Amino acid sequence: MEQKEKLLEIKDLRVYFEIAPSRMAKAVDGVSFHLNRGETVALVGESGSGKSVTSLSIMKLLSIPPGKIVSGSIELEGKDLLRLSEKEMRKVRGDDIAMIFQEPMTSLDPVFKIGDQIMESIIHHQRISKKEAKERALELLKLVGIANPEKVIKEYPHQLSGGMRQRVMIAIAMSNNPKVLIADEPTTALDVTVQSQILKLMLKMQDTFNSSILLITHDMGVVAETADRVLVMYAGQIVEEAEVKEVFLNPQHPYTKALLKTMPSLENNVRRLLSIPGNVPPSHQFPKGCRFADRCEFAMDICRDSAPELESVSEGHHVRCYIPFKKGGEAVDKEQRSVTKSF
Amino acid sequence: MFYYLRRIFLLVITVALVSVITFAVFQILPGDPVRTMLGTEADETQIENLRNELGLNRPLYQQYFDWIGGLFTGDLGNSIRFSMPVSDLLMERLPVTLSVASMALVIVVLVALPLGIFVARRQNKVSDVVLSSVTQLGMAIPSFWLGMILILYIGMNVDFFRINGYIPWSESIKGALSTLVLPALTIAIPQIAVKFRYVRTAILEQMELDYVRTIRSKGLPEKLIVYKHILKNALIPILTIFGLITAEVVAGTIIVEQVFALPGVGQLLITSISYRDFPLVQGIVMYITITVVLINFIVDMLYSVIDPRIRLR
Repeated sequence: MEQKEKLLEIKDLRVYFEIAPSRMAKAVDGVSFHLNRGETVALVGESGSGKSVTSLSIMKLLSIPPGKIVSGSIELEGKDLLRLSEKEMRKVRGDDIAMIFQEPMTSLDPVFKIGDQIMESIIHHQRISKKEAKERALELLKLVGIANPEKVIKEYPHQLSGGMRQRVMIAIAMSNNPKVLIADEPTTALDVTVQSQILKLMLKMQDTFNSSILLITHDMGVVAETADRVLVMYAGQIVEEAEVKEVFLNPQHPYTKALLKTMPSLENNVRRLLSIPGNVPPSHQFPKGCRFADRCEFAMDICRDSAPELESVSEGHHVRCYIPFKKGGEAVDKEQRSVTKSF
Repeated sequence: MFYYLRRIFLLVITVALVSVITFAVFQILPGDPVRTMLGTEADETQIENLRNELGLNRPLYQQYFDWIGGLFTGDLGNSIRFSMPVSDLLMERLPVTLSVASMALVIVVLVALPLGIFVARRQNKVSDVVLSSVTQLGMAIPSFWLGMILILYIGMNVDFFRINGYIPWSESIKGALSTLVLPALTIAIPQIAVKFRYVRTAILEQMELDYVRTIRSKGLPEKLIVYKHILKNALIPILTIFGLITAEVVAGTIIVEQVFALPGVGQLLITSISYRDFPLVQGIVMYITITVVLINFIVDMLYSVIDPRIRLR
């Protein structure tokens, strides 16, 4: 955090899907952000906002077609990944950038032993002997908090619990000391008690290996626990970007505020979990104005007529909304303050 | 362990059931072997004597248990038509049939498996249309017709092939091949045309799964992903298909042996049905059943070798 060195920089990424001949769904529509070395950035949004497509684009794991990266660049230490050949990209995957997924239950190959699945990646990237790779696999398993690595290494995925499998996934991801770890909803499928263990483990791994984490989630609780900086994504665009404290204490975009309200809290004293009314507009027919306008309780006429740009409200805090720039538009309501107090 | 015990139990039950059905069917079927043997001139006492001699007048359950007991000792009774032990007849014919069947099976596996993987990796609309036409064609072609076409265009033109009869392996390997390759191809070609698409589907289904994405995210090369991970996972459905193919290949030998005049079990079966040679027919049906059931058993065992989750069930 102290020395801010840009590790991964994404500029104006546009990823479209052809849903019918010459009808494009704009899943990711002009997304730019960066990741500093050692930093944890949370990419937040509902399902359908384009978070996962963004992360898969960084790994170049999208199925093309129907997906298509229309424009943009994804630079890792100045090298544009989008210009790499598939062969060159394979050297990046699992080595410079590793990824863990939402579904630990199905993300491991069911017919190979845990040990094989960890060693395979190590041997492929580091070109070391099987014996050395095994040593390394045992070490990694111990590191991710597996008590009896000697036993687990010989087991199959179905013999492990969800939390254990996600630990194994983390071990695989960290096996080649990646610069960037992309975690796509890593705790969503897990028990609440296991969730925070896994998050803590990820942060510990980050310290050990000095990696950056791009954490994709819809859970503001997870964001509060882990992130340094937050990107809020809505309908294929980033609508707000700020340091984590700023997001919780001084959110500017109505969507961010709505997301924060969905968090259960004791002080909130609500019986029912809040949800944001309405849905993300379908990505093949975005409105011409602000994409959130239809669900926004503060929407003004201008919101429906023209689309706002991502603009800076203060140092490092950007928002795509007209309201904060309206005269006297400091839009922090009472209710919001009470939510943020719980942090 | 439980898995294996249960499989073995099922194996025994299946064989027992089939033996009952086979036995019962030939009791119901019209036609009397004794009358067939003795011809129209025979009088009632002659018929009665022969029936006693063959044990056909005993109660049915007794006849059944006699026969089934014989299965274990290898004594399947005597053929009514050939007056020879059924087991001897089978032993004489079995090598021919097994040779054709196993050769056909090997050809199917060697062609359909790589072909299925190949088309799974290169799928597009044009090839999909071509491939499904090939499959339709494969399903539509009757094997006796394909056999005759092969005889006509290959058997008659290529010196190497003989178009009828059989030369045992022990006599000449080249000779055996010259009589067996065309029949095996006759069985194999329609099987390949249909079954490679199952392989393709099995592979494509795997490609969609989460674990494949994980492996891709590790940066492993595509070949390794397909041939190590996807293939091993897809082997379960593929094995099931090859279990079916084996049964169909065994059944296919019956017709092909007619077309190529091969002295195999299938040919024996057809003639013995028209002679109402019950002991022989029952013996042959049991042989086919046991072969098919055993192959399914082996397939089940292989499942558990491939997929560790199955051993738990």
